[in-house]
Amino acid sequence: MMLVTEIFVTIITVYFFLKILKTPSKQEPDSFSENDAE
Amino acid sequence: MALKDSSGWGSRVGLVLAMAGNAVGLGNFLRFPVQAIENGGGAFIIPYLVCFLLMGIPLLFVEWSIGRFGGSKGHHSTPFIFDSMDKRALWKYVGVFGIFTNLAVAAYYCYLESWTLSYVWHSIADSFGGKTQPEVANFFGNYVSLGTIEPIIFWLICLLLNTWILSKGLSGGVEKAAKIGMPLLLIFGAFLAFKAITLRAGENGALYDGTLGLNFLWTPDYSTIWDAKVWLAAAGQIFFTLSIGMGSIQCYSSFVKRKDDIALNAMSAGWMNGFVEIVLGSAIIIPIAVGYLGIDGMKELLSEGGGLGLGFKTLPYLFEQWGSLLGVIAGVAWFGLLFFAGITSSLAMGMPVMDFLKDKFNWKEKNAAWAFGVAVFLLGLPTVLFFNNGVFDEYDYWAGTVSLVILALFEIILFAWIFGMKDGWNEINQGADIKVPVIFKYIIKYVTPILLGWVFINSIPDIVSTINHDKSKENIAFYENANEMKKKSEEQQKLLLKKSDFKPEYLSSTTSIEKLDTNKLISFSTYLLIKKERELSKIMTDNNYRISKIQSENKNMLFKNISRGLLLILWIGIAYLVYLASRKIKLKKS
Repeated sequence: MMLVTEIFVTIITVYFFLKILKTPSKQEPDSFSENDAE
Repeated sequence: MALKDSSGWGSRVGLVLAMAGNAVGLGNFLRFPVQAIENGGGAFIIPYLVCFLLMGIPLLFVEWSIGRFGGSKGHHSTPFIFDSMDKRALWKYVGVFGIFTNLAVAAYYCYLESWTLSYVWHSIADSFGGKTQPEVANFFGNYVSLGTIEPIIFWLICLLLNTWILSKGLSGGVEKAAKIGMPLLLIFGAFLAFKAITLRAGENGALYDGTLGLNFLWTPDYSTIWDAKVWLAAAGQIFFTLSIGMGSIQCYSSFVKRKDDIALNAMSAGWMNGFVEIVLGSAIIIPIAVGYLGIDGMKELLSEGGGLGLGFKTLPYLFEQWGSLLGVIAGVAWFGLLFFAGITSSLAMGMPVMDFLKDKFNWKEKNAAWAFGVAVFLLGLPTVLFFNNGVFDEYDYWAGTVSLVILALFEIILFAWIFGMKDGWNEINQGADIKVPVIFKYIIKYVTPILLGWVFINSIPDIVSTINHDKSKENIAFYENANEMKKKSEEQQKLLLKKSDFKPEYLSSTTSIEKLDTNKLISFSTYLLIKKERELSKIMTDNNYRISKIQSENKNMLFKNISRGLLLILWIGIAYLVYLASRKIKLKKS
């Protein structure tokens, strides 16, 4: 069971970190006001 | 991260590594495996993962959201972040815990961090080479008893290093440190885990395979699964390991822009901490200790000094068995990884304090960093000078345990019930790069607050017992009860007689215990038991010594009361600064 847990935790960690690396950064808003709090 | 901002994060990877570094601490390597052993072995992972899903992840979402929301209003510390969510004065003062905890924890944590730095140095200098196991253990005892000035020097180096990195700002200091520290921590951890698992009986003096320790750690005892104590231990571990309820996550995420993701970032940092804890944390200390000492020997050592004792008193000796070069490399890797785990956490403790001073009192980055350094020095001095009087543990209990639960309990009520789950859910999903399962909306609103309330209610008897100094009073009552001492002595002697390397004459004070050890006549666990029995015998026969032991317990209670007073003054002082800052804001508005 522990081996399964360790593999599971490793896969999820790698998955989320890769997703961070692969997700393109968001464009900045055109106007300054768009970046204000809603 | 779309834009590089001088007062914000330089990159998204930097933010996630810094957040993971904040969470990954010494507890991942020293506390988690011990908790698992004491709470059902492999079966512990079930309550652990359930608590991670029902309490850890929801609180990560909540703290990241609260931080980003407060940051968009120009606040970076919890008193005014909470104030931006609800204008009632209560929340501002609940937020005081988010500064108090960081300062008070940093005060003792930096000292702990300095031990790791010192042990890196001693590993390089081969100070443990040729020493017996009790000598290595005594080295630690002498160290914290301030036998030399060295602990103070390393502590000051550590404080200066933290202050210097913090003075470089978020992207120029903290983020760079995380980008260096976290990869090195993972490399060191992977190296040690590989060495521990591949440890073979008969090689380099090992008595058993390292995998025996791993099997022992992870063999499930399912009978413990319905024990409330085990669930409480799992909830507690999740709490401490993720650095929730401290105010540092909110501070870091307050520099994330409104349109940027927090959901994926929170999951990535949280699981990275889980990986370090479950995969690496469990694969180092226990397999190595069991490989050399056997399961019973390791258990005896754990009962003596827990994970901290095992990590500092035993591992340096065991690394020496791998040969001089590999011993040095392993020592540097072990204490190096603990150092990086420590510093990435202590840096996170500095930011909320600094940002409070910068935001509300217009302090410059450098001045705020120095103010933090000086405050940690002054607050930490009692933990260094009076470590053996329980000051360190007292700080850890009130600031590093009780305060976290109080802040987290209040903040989830604020987020889910006052700010409202509708707005709260929108906050979590704003700019999210993953789809957060809708079930978390209900978990955050109902399950997590109940779970936190349960943790808090269950902690109350322990809090009352700590306030009353029950442990010290029990010790005094023991020293005053000759029958109890005799009974205990008989029990210890029975245990000793079961040991094959024990001879009754070893209990006689005319035989030097150090000589027995140096000549390898006794094992380390027998050494510890003989030492304990000799001590008890001295208490029973020497009345002056018995009185000095009682006086020492009374002295400890006094020091603990003074520590509590100091922490209370600190909390009130921060609350007063929060009051001054809010009055300043009101005057500005009018």
